[in-house]
Amino acid sequence: MKKKQFMENSIHGIFFMMGFIAVACVLLITVYLIISGIPAIGKIGIFEFLLGREWASTAADAKFGILPFILSSIYGTLGAIAIGVPIGFMCAVYLSKMAPAGVKRAMQLAVSVLAGIPSVVYGLVGMLVLVPAVRTIFGVPDGAGLFASIIVLAIMILPTIIKMSITALDAVPKEYEDASLALGAAPVETYFRVSVPAAKSGIAAGVVLGVGRAIGESMAVMMVAGNGANMPDSLFQSVRFLTTAVAGEMSYASGLQREALFSIALVLFVFIMIINGVLNYFLKREKV
Amino acid sequence: MKKTVIGLLIFALGFSGLAGCGNAGKATVTTDGSTSMEKTIGCLGEAFEMETGIRVTYNPTGSGTGIQAVLDGRCDIGLSSRELKTDELQEGLEGTVLAYDGIAILVHPDNPVSDLSRETLGAICKGEITDWSQIGGPAGEIVLIGREAGAGTRDGFEAAIDAKGMCKYRQELTSTGDVITTVSRNPGAIGYASIASVKENVKVVTIDGISPTDEHIATGSYKIRRPFILVTKKDASLSENARKFYDYMTSGEAEDIISFAGVVPANSVTE
Repeated sequence: MKKKQFMENSIHGIFFMMGFIAVACVLLITVYLIISGIPAIGKIGIFEFLLGREWASTAADAKFGILPFILSSIYGTLGAIAIGVPIGFMCAVYLSKMAPAGVKRAMQLAVSVLAGIPSVVYGLVGMLVLVPAVRTIFGVPDGAGLFASIIVLAIMILPTIIKMSITALDAVPKEYEDASLALGAAPVETYFRVSVPAAKSGIAAGVVLGVGRAIGESMAVMMVAGNGANMPDSLFQSVRFLTTAVAGEMSYASGLQREALFSIALVLFVFIMIINGVLNYFLKREKV
Repeated sequence: MKKTVIGLLIFALGFSGLAGCGNAGKATVTTDGSTSMEKTIGCLGEAFEMETGIRVTYNPTGSGTGIQAVLDGRCDIGLSSRELKTDELQEGLEGTVLAYDGIAILVHPDNPVSDLSRETLGAICKGEITDWSQIGGPAGEIVLIGREAGAGTRDGFEAAIDAKGMCKYRQELTSTGDVITTVSRNPGAIGYASIASVKENVKVVTIDGISPTDEHIATGSYKIRRPFILVTKKDASLSENARKFYDYMTSGEAEDIISFAGVVPANSVTE
């Protein structure tokens, strides 16, 4: 009896340890980011930092304003959502409700592959194909910029949106749709008036996850955005996102520049936390 | 990808006390720093290991990180592809020029412009000349492609044309390969990259009529070059193995290996 109790306790302990490792990692990163991110904000001044329009980290008279990065990240993400969400949503409705079984299987496989492509590959294809194409089609001197980033991000968030939406749409009880059809509604009417509203929190969660992916992506964006620290006042402007601002300069940074990069990471972290909060809200509402 | 790298970096820093690049146990020399020096240090390290059996490890983190690593005592020899800054020298660091790396100025292969003066190049970078037709090329905006702030190539380039911190880049990319690829894809582009990495798909222009050959770089007649620097602490002495490697790298017999790696050995070893 005692032995059994001991086994029970030790296994409980092991599982607790395993669980704690994940939590510890999050805590470590959070604490580290806050500790290393706060000092530079203090030195630069929170308003100069968040609202400054100029970033010249290595200039003699260094300027650390990250408003261009914040705006670029927000515009880039919004743009990606504007293009990616309609496509992803329609695709999910088609795959979940209308597509024949064979087509559905093949397309879901394609979506999974899309999700599994490493971001550096998106970036590389973007750099070699998309950027020159943007330059020729729109007649701008250089194709790298906000527009190219939006296209790449839109493609990258598609799998997230499609998968989450399909799961939510598939989970809608068949009785709902049967009832609607029996009342004389057309199939498409049923899908949009009955199935989609019933699945809306799952779809919304997919969109929020997509936002998270878009705002957190750095490798692919770095290869197509141009990375000039400019205010994003044109679609073809060379811009730098929050992620690429950190990743781009980190390897050679020193002193206050390095500390400021940690502060940017902290700002990005806060953004991601907000997105996670929104996501939790949607997922909780789904359960009720 | 980069996010992971940063995550790892954060961990590495967090655990630096535990992990570091400890040199206990087997005989090793640890180096840390500039990614541009990968080939040079790789070749030297291999040759040194064959001769002495002492292993040389190389951690390609970037000049800034490498210098910091020396300060923190996390590695034996730091590698920097830019001159040490005054505050770094004040912290008790010392630099020894190992070699010079010529920086080639690249344009698209179809671009008829084949020579630029340093003044013209400076004016292009500062945004005073914005169209190829102003300097004898076809009409079209000049697209300046460069490296990110802090990169050794960028520092070396901007210092050589007296335009430090004044360059107006259309694109700031984080690797030499990306710069070359981008220039090769845009007829209006101009960029710079380490000579050793330049490939067929871009055209190298001469500066004031001087081409970036080894000889021109070594004598300094080709002006756009940067140093490869070994960073050590002034007051603390190197470990026995690190001292051996250091002496080996700065000795005459290493010169062939340094040339083999595509850079020009510094003839006289001076501060």
